[in-house]
Amino acid sequence: MEQIPHNILTGRLEDLVKWARRHSVWPATFGLACCALEMMAAGGAHYDLARYGMEVFRASPRQADLMIVAGRVSQKMAPVLRQVYDQMVEPKWVISMGVCASSGGMFNNYAIVQGVDQVVPVDVYVPGCPPGPETLMHGILMLHDEIHHGEIMKRRGSDRGARIHVEQRDGTPSNVQPVTLSRSA
Amino acid sequence: MSSVRDEQRLEGQTDEGAQVLQRETREIVMTGGLWPDDSDTTIINMGPQHPSTHGVLRVMLELEGETVLRLKPVIGYLHTGMEKTAEELTYVQGATNVTRMDYASPLSNELVFSLAVERLLDIEVPPRAVWIRMMLVELNRAASHLLFQATNGMDIGALSMMIYGWREREMTLRLLEMFTGLRMNNNFIRPGGVAADLPDGWEEETLSTLDAIERGTRDYAEVLTENPIWMERLVGVGVITTEQALALSASGPILRSTGFPWDLRKAQPYLAYDEVDFDVVYTSNGDCYDRYLIRLNEILESVKIVRQCIERMPAGDYRIQDRKVTPPPRARIDESMEALIHHFKLFTEGFKVPPGETYVAIESPRGEIGCYLVSDGTGKPVRLHIRGPSFYNLQTTAAMAEGTLVADTVAIISSVDPILGEVDR
Amino acid sequence: MPDADDAREGIHEPGRAEGASDAAMSELAAAVVAKFPGAVFHESHGQPVVYVDRASWHDVAVHLRDVEQCTSCLDVTVVDHLSDAGRLVVDGVAPERFEVVANYLSHARNRRLRVICEVPEHEPAISSLSDVYPGTNFAEREAYDLFGITFEGHSDLTRILMPDDWVGHPLRKDDHPSRVPVTFKEDPTPR
Repeated sequence: MEQIPHNILTGRLEDLVKWARRHSVWPATFGLACCALEMMAAGGAHYDLARYGMEVFRASPRQADLMIVAGRVSQKMAPVLRQVYDQMVEPKWVISMGVCASSGGMFNNYAIVQGVDQVVPVDVYVPGCPPGPETLMHGILMLHDEIHHGEIMKRRGSDRGARIHVEQRDGTPSNVQPVTLSRSA
Repeated sequence: MSSVRDEQRLEGQTDEGAQVLQRETREIVMTGGLWPDDSDTTIINMGPQHPSTHGVLRVMLELEGETVLRLKPVIGYLHTGMEKTAEELTYVQGATNVTRMDYASPLSNELVFSLAVERLLDIEVPPRAVWIRMMLVELNRAASHLLFQATNGMDIGALSMMIYGWREREMTLRLLEMFTGLRMNNNFIRPGGVAADLPDGWEEETLSTLDAIERGTRDYAEVLTENPIWMERLVGVGVITTEQALALSASGPILRSTGFPWDLRKAQPYLAYDEVDFDVVYTSNGDCYDRYLIRLNEILESVKIVRQCIERMPAGDYRIQDRKVTPPPRARIDESMEALIHHFKLFTEGFKVPPGETYVAIESPRGEIGCYLVSDGTGKPVRLHIRGPSFYNLQTTAAMAEGTLVADTVAIISSVDPILGEVDR
Repeated sequence: MPDADDAREGIHEPGRAEGASDAAMSELAAAVVAKFPGAVFHESHGQPVVYVDRASWHDVAVHLRDVEQCTSCLDVTVVDHLSDAGRLVVDGVAPERFEVVANYLSHARNRRLRVICEVPEHEPAISSLSDVYPGTNFAEREAYDLFGITFEGHSDLTRILMPDDWVGHPLRKDDHPSRVPVTFKEDPTPR
């Protein structure tokens, strides 16, 4: 898709393809720990991922587009994670769900990989311990937006994900602004 | 022209997704004759990533045709080093760590940890804290068993159970969010009591949720219990005897399904279980169907206990008044210097526990969860070991699966209801 | 081993709370102390604990299973006392770096017993209980994996939680620090 030279006709075609890709993202089952229960809740009837065409969690990574890494990744599991990611066919995206997958979370020790972006390129980081289904859906919809309108498809060659951070949306929204540390500080 | 395009195509290729051919190709000549009689057994590998939603469990199976000769669970894919992290956290922070072990019933973990710390401190929590704890743990038990109904149903193939089971579980989680602030991993039951008092209007909310849980459970019983396909899949599958279960240190619904009515809430009561009226559910066949029935009926027993908690909730403090152990109320911090100092010391250093060791066990939805805690007079434990019931219950899968068909393996693993967080810790 | 009928009748006795400490609580402990010279009894917050030496570790388990009706060994774990600030020392027990702890439960008699054995650092080995109580199989593998204690007679003493090629025993106090330095994504210097 990306190799065809661009002109007005292929621009329209590309929009159509992006629209189609955004509306049929199929997640792979990669529920590891507590976040997996909230991911299942998001797929359940109350929060309902099926309205986005995403309720089919494919067991085979070859049939999946999206890997939601839901839970803490241990040292023993990291090679398995990479192998499953490699088996997925392009285009593929990764959502790092929860703080353990995003940064190691509260487990700052020998056993947990301190962020799955050390193993796979991550497109969206969803914070929370565990993030409620609302926050996960916020992250998924952010990814959909990027697929449809953004340039996320053109990241090939850098092995970096899109690295979008979302805020938590569970329960009552918080008015607290996150503190960002600048490099010079 | 085509060579330019070829070059572009070759340049654009990455080797993501490519797999190196590990073995050499060999020439096979198809003769059309019979395949050689292969009486060797096959070893196949299930997991650690597979659709049966029990977390990252890997199972090695040795098969002869379709019959399972041996089964070996391989664990460690979720090892989090929680027991090492626990040596770094104070006793006040300890519940945040322990709660993520058995993540389907986090309040049970917090309870066993808090009971162990309170035993080492030789303190008693007030009655209201005891009853709040009991009510929350029973609500958690109902939520965990509803999760079991959902995932077990999905594993057996009743895919709509996944949707139905979450219906009541969502209501229970919303109730827990009202009480504790979080749906899961609540960090609410802490040494000294509970973190906050019950909110206003909790009785009506709880009663309506309990009514919904009862209606839902009776629905599931109607859909599944007499269902011929369900019975065909589960009756007689994964049978274990009492001797095997006891020798393998199994506990909880697995032990109760063999005809052995052992429930720590009755045998060695903790909290206020000797003051409430409930039954121990047990059956005698030891198969997967029995374990499904036990967990289904335990939901109703938990609802019974919570109803009694609503009626008999005592008034009073929700945590012990000893300022060395529990923080002062926030309003007092503005008024009293001592309250401020206590608050500061508690949330930075924590409280110190005199040297000692203890083992406290309670009945979690999976069986006996125990906390072995060793303290040395500082604010952090020397050793915190959680005896996770699923760690020991997984050993029974080997006994249950020998001689069965490979198609029954998923049913057997699902009926053991392992939570890998407490298996691997 | 009691058969299922005996056990069922035993369970219907009214349960007693764990903390009730009376003479009957240390029945099991008294039996062990009587049979094995050198065993020391200690009451720890209302629970009976017996300290035995390594030579009688296995025989105590056999005795508890066959004579004292301890149907299950619920848990085998290890404690590393290398860096204790203050240690609980019991009279008559020589403290060593490692303690191996086994928790027994007798369903029929509704009693628990904890048995502790001191294991020295220079020779971290003890006999395995997995032939007496098959349920301790995984627990002993975990203790070997995380502490490096060898359980002699175990059928498959390999790593269970850490990857097979891991070097070291993580839960030992001198092996890994409990905290790794936090690295922020954009700033690679650890704090």
